[in-house]
Amino acid sequence: MNLLEVEGMSKIFGGLVAVNDLDFTVEEGAVVGLIGPNGAGKTTVFNCITGNYVPERGDVHFQGKSIKGLKPHSIVELGIARTFQTIRLFSRLSVLENVLAGRHCRLKSGFLASMLHLPSQRREERDAVERCMQELEFVGLANAWREEGGSLAYGSQRLLEIARALASDPKLVILDEPAGGMNDQETSDLVNVIEAIRKRGITVLLIEHDMRLVMKICHKLVVLEHGTLIAEGVPDVVRRDPAVIEAYLGSDDNDEVY
Amino acid sequence: MSQSAFLDFSDKRTYGAVAMGLLIAVLPLFLNAYWIDVCVSIGLYAILSLSLNVILGHAGIFHMGHAAFYAVGAYVTAILNTMYQWSIFATMPLAGLAAALVALLVARPIIHLRGDYLLIVTVGIVEIVRIALTNDVFGITGGSNGIFGIARPRFFGFRIVKSVHFYYLVWGMCAATLLLFHWLWRSRIGRALNYIKEDDVAAEGCGVDVTHYKLMAFVLGAFWAGMAGTLYAAKMTTIAPASFNFMESVIIFAVVILAGGSQLGVLVSSFLFIGLPELLREFSSARMLCFGLAMMIMMVWRPQGLMPPRPRRYRIPDRSKAGEEGKA
Ligand SMILES: Nc1ncnc2c1ncn2[C@@H]1O[C@H](COP(=O)(O)OP(=O)(O)O)[C@@H](O)[C@H]1O
Ligand SMILES: [Mg+2]
Repeated sequence: MNLLEVEGMSKIFGGLVAVNDLDFTVEEGAVVGLIGPNGAGKTTVFNCITGNYVPERGDVHFQGKSIKGLKPHSIVELGIARTFQTIRLFSRLSVLENVLAGRHCRLKSGFLASMLHLPSQRREERDAVERCMQELEFVGLANAWREEGGSLAYGSQRLLEIARALASDPKLVILDEPAGGMNDQETSDLVNVIEAIRKRGITVLLIEHDMRLVMKICHKLVVLEHGTLIAEGVPDVVRRDPAVIEAYLGSDDNDEVY
Repeated sequence: MSQSAFLDFSDKRTYGAVAMGLLIAVLPLFLNAYWIDVCVSIGLYAILSLSLNVILGHAGIFHMGHAAFYAVGAYVTAILNTMYQWSIFATMPLAGLAAALVALLVARPIIHLRGDYLLIVTVGIVEIVRIALTNDVFGITGGSNGIFGIARPRFFGFRIVKSVHFYYLVWGMCAATLLLFHWLWRSRIGRALNYIKEDDVAAEGCGVDVTHYKLMAFVLGAFWAGMAGTLYAAKMTTIAPASFNFMESVIIFAVVILAGGSQLGVLVSSFLFIGLPELLREFSSARMLCFGLAMMIMMVWRPQGLMPPRPRRYRIPDRSKAGEEGKA
């Protein structure tokens, strides 16, 4: 069954067509990689799925229902959580409170229950903290719970963003270059985390530049160039696709420069 | 369980807070009526500033029109009391609700604006309210003369007349405000406001309805300012538009900025803004100069404000020890 369906998505910035009539699907329980050279429009596709942008044309279906035009927070509530390419933690708040941010939409206490510190609110709060600590255990950051988010090492910040996303009970997590800026050790830890996420039954859609990582963990790849789909399928087939080789050879020089 | 405890004696600030509470409780014994009045005024500003702190301190919404909601509350009380003979305390919830309603109506279309634009629009709100009151556009606000003859409040048959009565009324309300807003700050809503202040795109991206919570902070803060308006009307027995001018908004705004976000900071900063100029009265004309200079030095010396809020405390069952070791 398809958890996510992107149909004929186009996103235009001024004159620039960042995403051009894109179709792809994400099957439930899979790890799908969205790849392509720099500037291909991958992040833009993510932003159109998560509600940060509204695509000019096309539609996005999640669990069979259109989510186009919904606000980002409603899309999180429906079960799509994300991380950002440029890390966006609450850097002055504690690691635990960063994860609690993801949990927020699953909590119910209103302002009266909160101001009056009612037992129901206290119970909910206790459970939320416990649950968020579990997510921190999951990514291996539990010991750092009281540190400031911004004080963590770069790789840990990426993991913290993942924990924050997981705390919202997502059905689909969208990771934008999760290994960006990570060293080899951190990257291999990340592979384990992504594998463990999938084992929890959560579907993963990720953007990644590290081809070895993508080949290792993805069940399916969607390849984008200049906003257009150039290949889609299992990694072993896609890596031999001439169009993909062409796109990647063409951009390899660019990657050297960056 | 410390999660629910209000007082945490592992935090040095708690001792300061308790000492301050005791001092406030016994202070009238040592003061004459004039100074008690000054303290009532400090208390009123403290309540107002605490309510603005929810909007500006917690959520980071640059709102400089808070005096408008104070005015709405004061006028609702004055009108209901002088025209319809409502008792003062009965008008209080309505004063709050009226201010909250006005806040909802004006904030709805502007709440998404960026900080600096919002600031300008909120300055407009206070001017619109003041001009509407001065020109008596509703026909019941008494124009620039305002409304006089507001009755003294009664508390279970006890008439609140003297300065010292108002002292305990205002500071009692202030204590309740401190407690309720402290609990709000500790909750998921307090956190949501902090997420929005830190990074609203990230907050929305993790599932926080940014518009909803910004509005909630705004409306709640206005509700409280409206209730403070009731106390003001009762204390003064006469209110006029001139009391709710832009300068009032600026002072409340400055109190909150100087405080730096914590509620204790708001109390200290209210004293500095309202009490200190009175203490410096001997210097007459030079006092505002001293005062302005002191503010400038403060802002350069401590740009984060007097007392930024402490991190919230969480009780983590087995981890707390491991966390300590990790730190060592
Ligand atoms: N908010 C924006 N406004 C204008 N142009 C944008 C915006 N976001 C992305 N773009 C442009 O769209 C193209 C695709 O960008 P992006 O989706 O970030 O690529 P990728 O993530 O694949 O590297 C780029 O040319 C980029 O400059
Ligand atoms: Mg990108």
